[in-house]
Amino acid sequence: MSKAKLHLSRDSLLSLLHQMIRVRRFEEKCDELYQSEKIRGFLHLAIGEEAVCTGVMAALAPEDAVVATYREHGHALVRGVPATAIMAEMFGKLEGCSHGRGGSMHLFSAAHRFYGGYAIVGGGLPVAAGIALADAMRGESKVTCCFFGDGAVAEGEFHETMNLAELWKLPVLFVCENNLYAMGTRLELSESEPDIHAKAQSYRIPSEVVDGMDVVAVNAAAMRAVERIRGGAGPQFLECRTYRFRAHSMFDPQFYRTKAEVEEWKKRDPITRLTEWMTSVGLLHADDLPQIEAAVEGEVRGAVDFAEAAAWEPVEQLAVDVYARPRP
Amino acid sequence: MSAPVQTTYREACRAAIADALRRDPRVFLMGEDVGRYGGCYGVSKGLLEEFGPERIRDAPLSESGFTGMGIGAAMNGMKPIVEIMTVNFSMLAFDQIVNNAATIRHMSGGQFGVPLVIRMATGAGRQLAAQHSHSLENLYAHVPGLKVLVPATLEDARGMLWTALEDPDPVLIFEHVMLYNMTGELAADAGAVAIDKAAIRRPGKDVSLITHGGSLPKVMIAAKQLAEQGIDAEVVDLRTLRPLDDATILDSVRRTRRAVIVDEGWRSGSISAEVSARLMENALWSLDAPVGRVCSAEVPIPYPRHLEEAALPQPQAILAAVKRTLG
Repeated sequence: MSKAKLHLSRDSLLSLLHQMIRVRRFEEKCDELYQSEKIRGFLHLAIGEEAVCTGVMAALAPEDAVVATYREHGHALVRGVPATAIMAEMFGKLEGCSHGRGGSMHLFSAAHRFYGGYAIVGGGLPVAAGIALADAMRGESKVTCCFFGDGAVAEGEFHETMNLAELWKLPVLFVCENNLYAMGTRLELSESEPDIHAKAQSYRIPSEVVDGMDVVAVNAAAMRAVERIRGGAGPQFLECRTYRFRAHSMFDPQFYRTKAEVEEWKKRDPITRLTEWMTSVGLLHADDLPQIEAAVEGEVRGAVDFAEAAAWEPVEQLAVDVYARPRP
Repeated sequence: MSAPVQTTYREACRAAIADALRRDPRVFLMGEDVGRYGGCYGVSKGLLEEFGPERIRDAPLSESGFTGMGIGAAMNGMKPIVEIMTVNFSMLAFDQIVNNAATIRHMSGGQFGVPLVIRMATGAGRQLAAQHSHSLENLYAHVPGLKVLVPATLEDARGMLWTALEDPDPVLIFEHVMLYNMTGELAADAGAVAIDKAAIRRPGKDVSLITHGGSLPKVMIAAKQLAEQGIDAEVVDLRTLRPLDDATILDSVRRTRRAVIVDEGWRSGSISAEVSARLMENALWSLDAPVGRVCSAEVPIPYPRHLEEAALPQPQAILAAVKRTLG
């Protein structure tokens, strides 16, 4: 673990651990519910990548904004969107956080300034810059945090947004979740310059590579970046090097990587890593982990029960909210 | 009403933008060359001097980037006017408009809206060839979640923008390049107009000429020529391509019992096809003749004047179509 861990108290570390375990268990439950056909469509799990959303989100304030991708269950959870509303969304139910319309790839929550999961790769980047522009034009010192994967850097919108954000010094924290593969294509096979943070630097955006399997390092880097943004330094960029342990989606036979590679990365499991380190320095007490696991199990079970019991949107409402509802 | 003033379509567009910027601090204009250059078609000339670079934002050539930023800013409480030089360039922002602006309200269960206005030039007639001359409004009119306006008069150029900015949903405004120099009289205090109704530009009883945007002046010329031949044509200006004002269209055709649709888009899959289909669905038994259509030839718009003119709807072709309808 990095020296940066020293900025965190035992309570903060326990909170990070708790959040990562929430994401892990929630995702495992989603996998199970997909097999039993309660969840349909595409489902993208972030198992293995929990340290990134957890570490970054802990550096943000409630008034900040978040833009995410279609692999965003964890981001919404850690941001504070209730597990019940997220699970109901997975089921497509009316009580879902997007009223069931979006599903797994499109979680929204206005109350949490969670501006949504975007499923056109790169499509969320300009939107995030626009959210930041609005805050900046009003003179507010809010940060917009924009998550995207390594695949997005091949899109023109990535480059357009890097340029615009720096040109206009917009308060955006760009977080690249580099899990080495754009779906099934390894970064080296799709990028002439596979060093992503160097691309951001070429737009003069201060940029840092972070061990995305180390939640403490991610959190420390995000806190530094957010502080610089609030100080008026303009956009900042974090390239978090991480790995997904599961398939890209539920229809992926994973021909493009070896089991050995996956096993090698699993040795760096962010939850195991934090657990072992906290134990070794005496910050994790014997009953901490069982307590966290029990709380998370109850929360996930509650979320599934909520989703099961939730209502389907009446078909009569199919066209509601295509346009704004008439004012009363 | 105060005394009318002599003005142009271009000046009416500019007055509408300036008025919106003065009335609402959330409004700003963003696009390529809108500031120092004054706008590709001169619409925003002088606005930078009055409103400054924060509100008249010269953007780099990143249509997807700045259109997406307009969407984000709109979701976060601003009222951006995004200018895209021409509809041809808007293909670079098609993803943002179709996949984000049009979907977010429904997909978020009504939590977020995109009160964004996107203005762009459209249409042919300036010998700009096949990458600056097309009329692709109907691609946007296909998409639920968007509203599509086609101001064809000074009043609409002046008045549609404010109503569009007041709308909680994304509105696209198409300004035909051949209208910018159109001159005429406009009330000095002209202001907001409705954007949900088609308009009867010339009442008549023998045939309904249904059109929009840059084709309206040509249709008015054709109607005048028809009148000289004793044929009393009614001219319906659609004004809004989505949502279409079915009531006004159907009412007109039920009265005249004949319809010719004039549309600068290509015939296949066009707004003229949509209007025609709605007439079949709703007014077939009122029709005394098949619906006629005058559209652009199905070619990329060519550069030389004679070929460009041959590719576009012209008054003579409108006259011929009307006569076919009259039998």
